[in-house]
Formats: sequence, structure tokens, C-alpha cells
Amino acid sequence: MSAAVLEARGIGRTFGAVRALTDVTLELRAGEVTALVGDNGAGKSTLVKILSGVVAPDAGRILLGGEPVRIARPHDARALGIATVHQDLGLCENLDVVANLFLGAEPHRWSLLRSLRMERTARDLLASLDVRIPDLRTPVASLSGGQRQSVAIARALLGEPRVVLLDEPTAALGVEQTAQVLALIRRLRDRGLAVLVISHNLADVRAVSDRIAVLRLGRDAGVFRTSDTATETVVAAITGAGAAA
Amino acid sequence: MISAFLDRPVPGGGRRVRLPRPSGGEPGALPVVAGLALIAAVFGSLNGHFLSAENLTNLALQMAATGTIALGIVLVLLLGEIDLSVGSVSGLCAVVMTILNVHRHFPSGVAVLLALGVAALIGLAHGLMFTVLRMPSFVVTLAGLIGWQGLMLYLLGREGTINLPFDGPVAKLSDTWLPAWLSWTIVVVAGTGYLAAALLVRRARIRSDLPVSGPVPLALRTGGLVVLLGAAVAVMSGDRGVPLTLVIFGGLVVVLDLVLRLTVPGRWVYAVGGNAEAARRAGIAVLRVRLLVFAGASVLAGAGGILAASRLSAVNQSSGGSDILLNAIAAAVIGGTSLFGGRGRAYAALLGILVIQSVANGMLLLNVDSSVRFMVTAGVLALAVAIDSAARGGRR
Repeated sequence: MSAAVLEARGIGRTFGAVRALTDVTLELRAGEVTALVGDNGAGKSTLVKILSGVVAPDAGRILLGGEPVRIARPHDARALGIATVHQDLGLCENLDVVANLFLGAEPHRWSLLRSLRMERTARDLLASLDVRIPDLRTPVASLSGGQRQSVAIARALLGEPRVVLLDEPTAALGVEQTAQVLALIRRLRDRGLAVLVISHNLADVRAVSDRIAVLRLGRDAGVFRTSDTATETVVAAITGAGAAA
Repeated sequence: MISAFLDRPVPGGGRRVRLPRPSGGEPGALPVVAGLALIAAVFGSLNGHFLSAENLTNLALQMAATGTIALGIVLVLLLGEIDLSVGSVSGLCAVVMTILNVHRHFPSGVAVLLALGVAALIGLAHGLMFTVLRMPSFVVTLAGLIGWQGLMLYLLGREGTINLPFDGPVAKLSDTWLPAWLSWTIVVVAGTGYLAAALLVRRARIRSDLPVSGPVPLALRTGGLVVLLGAAVAVMSGDRGVPLTLVIFGGLVVVLDLVLRLTVPGRWVYAVGGNAEAARRAGIAVLRVRLLVFAGASVLAGAGGILAASRLSAVNQSSGGSDILLNAIAAAVIGGTSLFGGRGRAYAALLGILVIQSVANGMLLLNVDSSVRFMVTAGVLALAVAIDSAARGGRR
């Protein structure tokens, strides 16, 4: 068991009168997929937003490789090697796959785009992730949902991150495309990345994760090893049915 | 089974031959080119003078001013915004240039540059109101449409007209015709330049083991370009020659197209137009891109206004007025620029203004009343937008 790459300790956050998160702790380890589950409003998105610098926490500390870090802006998170793929993917549908992969970070010389280098890197990256897109110069608008998700994840990897946060990567995908995306997530793990997957779908969570962290009403509701935990136990933690036991 | 086989690329396979496709799955230039052929056939058969060298040269001369303004419209449409002030800005800019040149005796070149500088400031002001004050671009530029025309009328004062000296450099601009040898040199240089650039890119792509299109489409494209340019030069050289203003307009189109496709700011314009929120999150300075585009649109409008003043050898109260704005917007849209942002190329301005001016010119030759001319132009515009909407709808 390797040490945690990213640790969030005692995280708290309120929005007005609403306590979104209270004293939440989360550990992400290298080469491991952690699933973050919980009912609607349990605080999953807020926690990911805090880790990706979109929202600042009111309380708690974030440690990266054991060192305390400050993540005030999305840029800070990226600079620290924490890449986030939001649920809406953030792709420009009118641009092609290559342009989307390098969006905002285009390699250039005298502000001329280095198109060949971009296309080469894109091809190699997607091939290494076994993502199949016949023509990298087709606009993202004409790709399938699974391919778009794959492009968004591949883009997150271009910054050579240590941690990848995926918000609902399989929502709204068909069976086969979900399988493709889950396979891609496993390849991220095999590359030694620390991966966090938010999901509503416990079947997907079971298929891809090593550990499951449960949030309930903004508080920790347990961390389980996927391999030796029954789904019912996780469901009980999510709904709070097991709290009395 | 068969379709699954066809869809799968060969893993690790070498180069694949790709069919040439219209840029980015858009309807591309094909409908417009077909429309142009149709217009030429219809008016050519109805009036023998339409396809004469003299008339086609006139057509080329008429295009430059509004075409340059349409180029600016293409820019703002790429952002998914609109600029209604380009007509007024073109008139104001022409008046500023003329006053500096005629009344203040600035050299023509300096007057033109200062006027374009004023246009840039106007565009910047529009951009700031749009970005910082978060006013809709429609409203900002509607205010501009009214306000800058007011300023222009104020500057013109009671006379209402200022003539440019007929033998001055600005007026000369519209009365300069390229000698045949120079026109043909441009055709040859453009053809070989295009071919050489394409071959260089092709070789680099093969070296990097990236997919390339076969040599036949490349030869066809180069041949098509040379034939089109050659035909235009042959026709116009049969009359007075290629007008310099057309070369200026064509040069602007080519330069803007290269900037949009090959530079980082150009890529960012498409990104912001496609998904501004995604662009912002990707670290693109959305605000700066927007300011740049609005300033660029106003500068191009100003340049168009100066070309119009040059052609008239004067500025007057109707400079930049009447249907210039509507024609410029219609040209950009008819040429294939999407109203929804992020899709289109600089060539849209050229193709669109060709359609608009051909229709106007042909109807004028046929002595058709302007009422009919308006309705036909409206029909063409509606058709172009329908194609755009259908192409967009088909992708969702």
C-alpha cells in the first residue's frame, strides 16, 4: 500500500446557512482508483471543486505528497499536477480533436501554431491510451459520447498530472461506451496515477475502483475496499441505513 | 459486420488515404459556388452584357468596399456576436480620413492610418462595453450604429460633402489597374506558393507518419485555384485590368484566413466562439480575444469605408449608410459563416459579397426595380441561413 499522493484533511465548507461539507477526509493513492459516492447533495461535487481550486474550503488542509499546499484557483491545482475532467467536459465542439487536446496550451513559435507537433503528440497520446478515433481532424461535435469523454480525459493527461479527478465520467453513456471509458480509467491507474471517480452508478464503481469513499450529508460515511465489500454495505452507507447498526 | 470493419482504423497502421472534405464537416463553399454558377447562368442568358469583361470588372470594383466590411463581420460572427455599427464606423472613418487629408493637409497615408486608429479605438470601446459592462453586443453596436453616424454628420457640418482631390493618392487607389503582366505574375506566384506550401506540409506529415491526402486532390485544388484566378485575370485584362482595390481586398481575405487558421490568437477566436466557458477554463484570455475581435471588425469596417470614399472621390452624408451594413452581414452569412459562432472562414466574405453584388448588378442591368432586388437578396440570405441551421441541426 503506497502512501497517499493527495490528502484532504478536515475539510469544511458552508454556503450561507448550508453546511456542504463537515470535517471530511479523503486520501488518493498512486496507482489506485478511488470512487467517491453519495446521494445527491452529499457534497461530492463540492469536494471535487475544492480539490480542483474552483471553490475554496473554509476549514481543513490539503496535502500533496505529504506537503501542505494552497489551491486557491484552478490554475494552482493544474500547476500542482491535479487535473480535473468536469462533467460537462469543457470541449469546444466546433474544433477538432487535436485543437481540443491542446486548448489554451497550444505549442507555438512566434504565435504560429505548431500543428504537426500537436497532431503527432495527440496521435501518440491517444494511441498509448488505446483511444480509437479514426480522424483526429474531425470536429468533436461529430464524436460519440464515449469518444468525447476519452478526449477530455486525454487532455487532462497532457499536463503530466499526478492526480486525475473525474466527475461522473460514465453518466449518459451507453453500455459499450461506458466499458470503453472504464477501460481508459484502468489504464490511468496502470500508469501510476491517483484517480478519483465521482459516480452515481454503483455497478461502474464496483467495476473500476479499488476503494470506495462514501459521503453522506456532507460528512464521511466510511471508506471501503471494493474487493471485500458487498454492494449492500455501500448502499447502506450512502442512505444511512447502516448508521443505526 | 462490414460497417464495423470499415469504421475501425487499422491499429498501428501506416498512412491512410483521406478523402478531401469540406473544412470541419461544414457545408463548406459548395452551395455558394453552385449559387454563383446559377446566378451567372441566369443573368448571363437574360442579358448579354452581364458576363462582359466591362461589367465583370465593374463588379470587381464594386465588391472591395463592402467586402472588406463583411470581413470584419465574419470575425464577430465567429465569436457568435454581431456588430451592427460597421456601416456607421466605415462612414465615420472615411470622413475622419478625408478631413485630416483635405482640411488639415495630412499626407494621405498618415490620414488613413490615423483614421484606422480611430476605428480601432471605437472597436475597443464596443468590446469593453460588451465584456466589462456585459452589455449584449447587439445593443452596444446598435448604439454605435446610431451614435457614430451622428458623429459623422456632426463632423461633416453644414456642407454635408467633402471632395477628395481626383488626382490624390486616395482617389487614385480606385483608379489604379494592374498591368496584365503583373496580374499574371500574381497568378503564377499564388499558384506555385500554394502548391509549394502544400507539398512542404505533405512531406512533413509523411515524415511524422501522419495521414495525408493523395496527390490527386492536391493537384485538383492547385489547378482549380490557378484556373479561377487565371479566368478572372483574363476577363478583367480584357477590359481595364485588375483593379488595385480588388487586390487589396483579396489580400486582406488571404491574410485574415491565414491568421485565423495558423496562429494562436486565431485558434482562440474559434475556441471562444465555440464554447466561451470551456475556453476560459482552459486558460484562454477570453476578454482579450473579444476586445481584439471587436477592434479588428471596426478597423476592417474603417478600411472598407476608406475604399468606398476612394471610389466616390468624396465623403457625404450617406457615406456608410443605406444598405451597406445589411449587405455586409448578408455577405458574411451567405458565404457560409455560422451565426452561432465558431464556424466559418474568411473566404466567406469574398464568396458572399460576390453573390450579393452579382445579384444587385444583374438586376440593375435588367432594369429590375429595387423593390424586387431587395426581395431576391432576402431570399438568398434566408436560404443561406437555412443551410447553416440545417447543417448545425444535423450534427446534434
